[in-house]
Amino acid sequence: MLLQQLVNGLTLGGVYALIALGYTMVYGILGLLNFAHGEIYMIGAYLGIIFLGLLIQWGVATHSLILALAGAFLLAALYCGAYGFTLERIAYRPLRHSHRLAPLISAIGMSIFLQNYVMLAQGSADKVFPHVLPSGGVMLGQTPVSYLQLFILVTSVALMAGLHFFVKRTKLGKAMRATAQDHRMAGLLGINTNQVISATFIIGSVLAAAAGVMIAMYYGLVNFFIGYMAGIKAFTAAVLGGIGHIGGAMLGGFLLGLMESLGAGYLSSEYKDVFAFLILIVVLIVRPTGLLGERQRERV
Amino acid sequence: MMDRLSRPWLAPIWLGLLAWPLVGWPRAGYVAAWLAGALGAWWLLSRAVRSGGAQSTLGRVSQALHRVRLRLAGRQTPRRLIYGGGLALLLIGPLFLNNYNLDVLTLAGIYIVLALGLNIVVGLAGLLDLGYIAFYAIGAYCYALLSTHWGVPFWAGLPLGGLAAAAFGVLLGTVTLRLRGDYLAIVTLGFIHIVHLVLNNWDSVTNGPNGILNIGRPAIGDFVFSRPIHFYYLILAIVVAAAFAVRRLDRSRIGRAWMAIREDEIAAEAMGVDTTRFKTLAFALGAAWAGVAGVFFAGKFAFVSPESFTFFESVIVLAMVVLGGLGSIPGVILGASVIVLLPELLREFQDYRMLVFGAALIGVMIFRPQGLLGGASHGHS
Repeated sequence: MLLQQLVNGLTLGGVYALIALGYTMVYGILGLLNFAHGEIYMIGAYLGIIFLGLLIQWGVATHSLILALAGAFLLAALYCGAYGFTLERIAYRPLRHSHRLAPLISAIGMSIFLQNYVMLAQGSADKVFPHVLPSGGVMLGQTPVSYLQLFILVTSVALMAGLHFFVKRTKLGKAMRATAQDHRMAGLLGINTNQVISATFIIGSVLAAAAGVMIAMYYGLVNFFIGYMAGIKAFTAAVLGGIGHIGGAMLGGFLLGLMESLGAGYLSSEYKDVFAFLILIVVLIVRPTGLLGERQRERV
Repeated sequence: MMDRLSRPWLAPIWLGLLAWPLVGWPRAGYVAAWLAGALGAWWLLSRAVRSGGAQSTLGRVSQALHRVRLRLAGRQTPRRLIYGGGLALLLIGPLFLNNYNLDVLTLAGIYIVLALGLNIVVGLAGLLDLGYIAFYAIGAYCYALLSTHWGVPFWAGLPLGGLAAAAFGVLLGTVTLRLRGDYLAIVTLGFIHIVHLVLNNWDSVTNGPNGILNIGRPAIGDFVFSRPIHFYYLILAIVVAAAFAVRRLDRSRIGRAWMAIREDEIAAEAMGVDTTRFKTLAFALGAAWAGVAGVFFAGKFAFVSPESFTFFESVIVLAMVVLGGLGSIPGVILGASVIVLLPELLREFQDYRMLVFGAALIGVMIFRPQGLLGGASHGHS
């Protein structure tokens, strides 16, 4: 029972962590709550279903179902990257130098727009994700772990490891870290900060797309409003870990997933979200910058 | 040069390509063609205006808005005339409206009270509160419970609901004193979700998702408020009271203290402003108005359910405050009216109205980030 809840929690947590990374990276660089990020995740889930359908229609699935799945993943990620790039260009870049709440409102506008856009284009009924992975699983002691859960865990951990490598080892990653540290100084040192910001949005959106496709496979159903709650939870995870901190988002995501599944399993499933938010509030009151966030000195 | 020329013309193709998997092939083409047409019209329009020797149309509109704002903030007599005339119109006009329109106006009134209250917290004191609707819910449920269990009359419920909300405001304010900026925002976001979930699940008290029915309507002696026009005049009175109160606050010592905290909390503290007290006070006073609006809501519809009090509503009220112009009372009233009335006016677009609404929010922020009636820096010198 406990082990089962832990596995469920980690699976969900991996997905939250992937979405939380997008929030935290954008916040780290722009100091902006990208409210529309949850919608990118939702669009990712839809695109996964649509591209998988197309690939099956084109006969890719007859060769190998895994190939079709991988193709759908890749195409959805690519498209979501383009969506994230466009989102930043339209809703955030023109507002870079205005007051703090203006981009927040345009983000809310974007969120409403994208939700309704998907609803109009795809209808308000649930979309079904076809079963592609075999339904069996492996036994972990006495606890069954389905192939799907295994797939989600492995993929999310692999993506996070990839991101870690990218940020720490590549030139663009270094530029991202520099821009996050000091936007103007990085610009003065010859870093094209606009490009870095675009790259950040693209990477965040690719991760959100992966999360979206995996959640669509996990629950089997997708709807146009799923981005909202997932977005809020992922954002909570990002703050829990310390917003702006990449490791923090991963930790926060897994912790939130675990708290939710343990809370639902042992305490009360109706109040599971209450626990998550209560813990968040307590953590913030004790450590106002999140679990891993650095204490910021106040400059006078 | 090539780069600059080609970019705007690439945009429709790019957006059409983006839309393709979701909307399907022929429709993506229509989207691209429509965007290209709109862009072309825009380009021609701005060229025509520019060759006329004037600034862009938007510049003109924004200048006109600025002039209206100056007029409103300026000399006494015309302002009194405008306000007096407006009030007279609001008093007499509705006699000629049908019930549906009256209900829409009443709804706008509720949101104006909410936006004015949130303006105290966000606009005046600069505290980003994403969970403001929680206080609205507390006011509404407070009166709903008092009325259904003990038959407390509406007029007693009005101050009690306000007080209950203010008490929760003090609680939230005290708990979050140490938090700054976005961290405060996320805790208030958590607060609205907790309140919403408790209302949804605490069946024995709140009757869960079914809500509370048969709440007492306001009454004076034998006269019971029942028709839309009665509620319209009631909310109009509350709106006037709220606008007056917020204005008095804004110009008072308290308002100055809030402004100091908003502009620079550390400097304010160094100048001897008791930031703890004033921040808590901002939460309490803002919450009190939400509580009053909540009691009115419960009295008007005689029914409350958790569905009316979601995070999304909070966000909409925040959008009203920012859209109108942070800290500007006429601006906030305009913002709330626009956001309630715009979807009504967009009814002909039917399904597309929320799509247009979202795009309009983005558009206003891009072209007027300070809000429709906001000054360049929100605040008066």
